[in-house]
Amino acid sequence: MRASVERIEGLLRKEALQIVRDPSALAIAFLLPAILLVIFGYGVTLDPHHVPLALVIEQPDAITQSFVSELGGTPYFTTETFNTIQAADRAFDAREVSGIIWLRANFARQLSSRGDAPIGVIVNGVDANTARLIEGYLQQTWATWLSARSRVLGATAGLPIEVQPRVRFNSAVSSRDYLVPGLIAIVMTLTGALLTALVIAREWERGTLEALMVTRASIREILLAKLLPYFVLGMGGMLATLVLAVTLFGVPFRGSLLVLTAASALFLLAALGMGLLISSIARNQFVAGQIAVIVTFLPAFILSGFIFDIGSMPWAVRLITHIVAARYFVVILQSEFLAGDVWSVILPNALALLIMASIFLGAARLGARKRLD
Amino acid sequence: MPAESELPAALRLEKVSHEFVSAGRTAAALTEVTADAARGAVTGVVGPDGAGKTTLMRLAAGLLKVQSGRIEVLGIDVARSPDEARARIGYMPQRFGLYEDLTVRENLDLYAKVQNVPAAERQARGGELLRMTGLGPFLGRLAGRLSGGMKQKLGLACTLVRIPELLLLDEPTVGVDPVSRRELWAIIDHLVLTEQLTVVLSTSYLDEAERCQRVLLLHEGHLVAATDPAGFAARSSGRSFHVSAAALSKRQLQEQLARTPGVLDATIQGAFVRIVTEPGAQPPLEALPPRGTPLRIVAVPPRFEDSFVAEIRSTPASSPPPAQAIARDKIPAMRGVNNAQPPDWQQESASEQPVIFADRLTRRFGDFIAVDSISFEVRRGEVFGLLGANGAGKSTTFRMLCGLLPASDGTLRVAGYDLRHAAASARGRIGYMAQKFSLYADLSVAENLRFFASAYRLRDAHRRARIAWAVEEFVLGPHVNAVSRDLPLGYKQRLALACALMHEPEILFLDEPTSGVDPLARREFWRRINALAESGVTVLVTTHFMEEAEYCDRLAVLAQGRVLAAGDPESLKERARTAEHPQPTMEDAFIALLEAAAEPKAA
Repeated sequence: MRASVERIEGLLRKEALQIVRDPSALAIAFLLPAILLVIFGYGVTLDPHHVPLALVIEQPDAITQSFVSELGGTPYFTTETFNTIQAADRAFDAREVSGIIWLRANFARQLSSRGDAPIGVIVNGVDANTARLIEGYLQQTWATWLSARSRVLGATAGLPIEVQPRVRFNSAVSSRDYLVPGLIAIVMTLTGALLTALVIAREWERGTLEALMVTRASIREILLAKLLPYFVLGMGGMLATLVLAVTLFGVPFRGSLLVLTAASALFLLAALGMGLLISSIARNQFVAGQIAVIVTFLPAFILSGFIFDIGSMPWAVRLITHIVAARYFVVILQSEFLAGDVWSVILPNALALLIMASIFLGAARLGARKRLD
Repeated sequence: MPAESELPAALRLEKVSHEFVSAGRTAAALTEVTADAARGAVTGVVGPDGAGKTTLMRLAAGLLKVQSGRIEVLGIDVARSPDEARARIGYMPQRFGLYEDLTVRENLDLYAKVQNVPAAERQARGGELLRMTGLGPFLGRLAGRLSGGMKQKLGLACTLVRIPELLLLDEPTVGVDPVSRRELWAIIDHLVLTEQLTVVLSTSYLDEAERCQRVLLLHEGHLVAATDPAGFAARSSGRSFHVSAAALSKRQLQEQLARTPGVLDATIQGAFVRIVTEPGAQPPLEALPPRGTPLRIVAVPPRFEDSFVAEIRSTPASSPPPAQAIARDKIPAMRGVNNAQPPDWQQESASEQPVIFADRLTRRFGDFIAVDSISFEVRRGEVFGLLGANGAGKSTTFRMLCGLLPASDGTLRVAGYDLRHAAASARGRIGYMAQKFSLYADLSVAENLRFFASAYRLRDAHRRARIAWAVEEFVLGPHVNAVSRDLPLGYKQRLALACALMHEPEILFLDEPTSGVDPLARREFWRRINALAESGVTVLVTTHFMEEAEYCDRLAVLAQGRVLAAGDPESLKERARTAEHPQPTMEDAFIALLEAAAEPKAA
C-alpha cells in the first residue's frame, strides 16, 4: 500500500498531543539527561580531592616539617599526623585515612648523608584506581619537594639528585573536561532508547497498537510516526545537555555547532533505532525499561571508552566495542569539545554512526510486523 | 440481493489449529476449527475464558500467524494477503484500542485519518456516529475519563469511521454495565438492519448468544456447535422447568435435584431451581427425598445455556473438561462442623447478631464519594450479593470490609469486630477469593496450599490436616505437583477456593468468582459455596454478573456509591414486572432500577 501523507499526519498529531498531555516523554527527553549529567558530572571524577592521609613522623624536625608543608600545599590531600605507625595503622583499618606516609626516625639523617631517603607509603589496594592515583600524586609531590630542596641547597650541597617531574595529570585541567562530553553520549544513549522503547511498549500495554495494526496505516508509517517526534525531542534533550556541559561544568566548546548537530542526529537515530528494536520484543514498559538499561546504557558506559580505555581491553572485548554506537560518538564529542573540528577523527566516526543508525533502523523495520506473535 | 449467495462468506475457517508455546510448554488454543460467518448478520463466537475466542478473532484480523489450516476474510486468504484483508475490516480489541489521553474527537479524527476517510465524508459520518452512540456532548472529554460503557461505544465508533465490510468485535461487553451492554446491542442491530453490516463478535456471556443470528460455540479450543441460537435453545424445549418446594430451602432443593437421575442440570434462579431433564425423562415429581415432598413444577421457555449444558453433559464422547470431572455426589459439608441443623435454622438465627453490619458506611477520595452512606446487614449462613456495574463502589466497599481501607464515615462490624479498631482480628475470620485468583502462578498446587496454610499461621499437625483436607475435598490429588500457571481455569478456581478456606473462616468474600468461567465449572463452584452456606459460613459476593446474583439469598444493588435497592432476587425482579415484561430477568430488574434512579436527575 502506498504511503499516505494523511495517515502519517494523523499519527504525528496524535503523538504530539500525547507528548503534551503525558509529560513522561518530556521528562525522559529533558529531565533524565539533566539529572544524569549532574549526578555523573559531579560524581564521576578521576581527580583526588582532599584525600585523608595519615602522616607518621617518628622524629619531627625542620626537614620533615618542610615536606609536610609541601604535602599540605596541594588540594589533593588532607593530612593527620601520628607519632607511631601502629596508631596510623589503626586509623587506616578504621578507614579514617586512605593511605599512610611513614617518615622513619632516620629520615633526616639518611637524607643529608645520602641525598635521598626512603619514605614508606601504604595505600589501600582495594580501590586500585584511587590507590594508584594517590601513589602517583605522592611521587610527584615527593619529587617536587626534592627538586625544590636541591635547588635551595644549590651546588653547595653537591647532591647527586636528578629529578624529572612529569606532570601526567595537569592540575589545572580537571578530568571533568574530558568526562562530561563522553557522558553526554552515555546519557543520550539511554534517553534515545528509552523514548521509543517506552512509548511503543505503552501502546502495547494499552492495546492501542493492536487496534492500529488492523487499520490501513502501514507498519512503516507507524514506525515513522514514532521516530520523528522523538527525534525532535531527543535533539532538544541533546541541546539541553550541551548547554549544561558548557554552563554548569564550564567545559570548553571548541568545535562547530553544525558538525556537532549532524553527529548528534546520526547518533540519536541509532539510539532511537535501538529503542524501536527493543519495543519489538518488550511488550510492557517495565521490561522495555530494563532491557534499555541493560543493553544500551551499561555497554555504553563500560565499552564506549569514555572512562575505560578501549586500547587496554582484551581483544575480544575490544571487538565488541565496535557495535557500541556510543563509542564513536564519545570520540566525536571529545574532539568537538576539547580540540575542535578534527576531520580525521570526525569523519570516520560519523561514518560509523551512519552505519550503526542504518543497521538499527533497518533491523527495527524488518523486525516490526503487523502481528502479535 | 440475488448476488449475495455468490459472494464469498464474510469469514471462513478451514481446519484452523493454533498453539501457543511458552516456557517450553505447548498449549492448544484452537483445534481443527471449521466454520463460517455469513454476510449481513451477527455471528457470535461464544465460549468461556480460554475457549479460544480471542485467538480466533486475532487470526481473522491477521494479527496472528496462521499455523495450520486456512482463513478467508471476504474471500481473501489472510495468511497470503493480510494487508488487503485488513483494509476491508474493522476490528475492536478487548480494551477498545482507545488513546486515553486523547479526547473523543481526537480519537475519532485519528482513526478517520489512518483509515483514509475523505475529509468530505468525515463530517457526515462523524455526526452520524455521535448521534448513534450518544457521545455528542462529550466530544471534548478525554477518553480516559469516560465511563466503561462510553469507552466501549467510542471504541466501536472508531472502528466504524469507515464502514467496514466485516466488523470484528473481541468481547465488547466485558466489564460493561448491563445498560451499556443493551445500548451496544441496539447499535449493532441497527447497523445490521440499515447498513447490512456484517459482525463477528466474541462473548463469554451465554445470554448474548441468543441475540446473534448464528453462533459458533467454542469449548477448550473445539467447535462444539455452529448453530442458530433459537434452534439450539429449542433443543431443550419441553425439558426446562422451574421447581420450588415449600419444605426445603432452595439450596437443599437444588442439591437434591442435582442428584436425581434424569436431571441434567439444576441451578438456582432466584427463588426457584431451574432444571433441565434428559430427553424423554419425566419431571421428577415425586421421586425426591424426603419422599412425598410436594414440588411445584412450572415449564419455562428454554435458554441457550440449558441446551449447552445438556449437550455437554449428555454426550460423554465430547470429553468433559476436567473441571467437571468431579463426582456429582462429591460435595459433602465443607467444614468439621456438623451440618445437621434443622432446615429452618436460618429463621432461628435471625435473632443472632448480624455477621456483617454496615451502617451509613462512607468512603471519600478527595472530593469524590466512592461509597455514599450505604447500610446493610448479613446474617450467618446467608449468601449476600453486592451487585453493580464497574465504578458503582463495589470494590471500595469490599476493601473496607476486608479492613484494607479505612472508612471515612459510618460503622462497619465484621464477625463482631469494629473494623476501625480491630481490622486484623476481623481479617482472621475472613476467607477471600479474588476475581483473578490470587495464586502464585510459579508455585505448584502443594506449594500454594502450604504457603497459604503458613500465612494463616496453621502449624504442624493442624496444617498437615488442612492441606490433606484441601487435596481430598477439591480433588487436587492428580495435580498436586503441577505448576499453578498450567492448571485449567476450573482447577485454578478450586485451588483458589481451597486456599481461601485453609483457616476455616466464618466469612467468605468472593469477588466476581465465576466471571468468564465455563458454565460447568461455575455450577460446580456454586454447589460448593451452597454447601458452605448450609454449614453456616456467611458468604458475601460482589459481582456485575447477573448470573451470580441469582445465587444470592439477598442483594444490594449499587450505583454511584449508593444502594438503589435491597432484597431477595425475586422481590427485585418483582419491581420490574410490567405488562411488557411479565417475566423480568435479573438484568431487566437491574436496568429498571438504574433507570428509575436516573429519572429524577433528568427531570
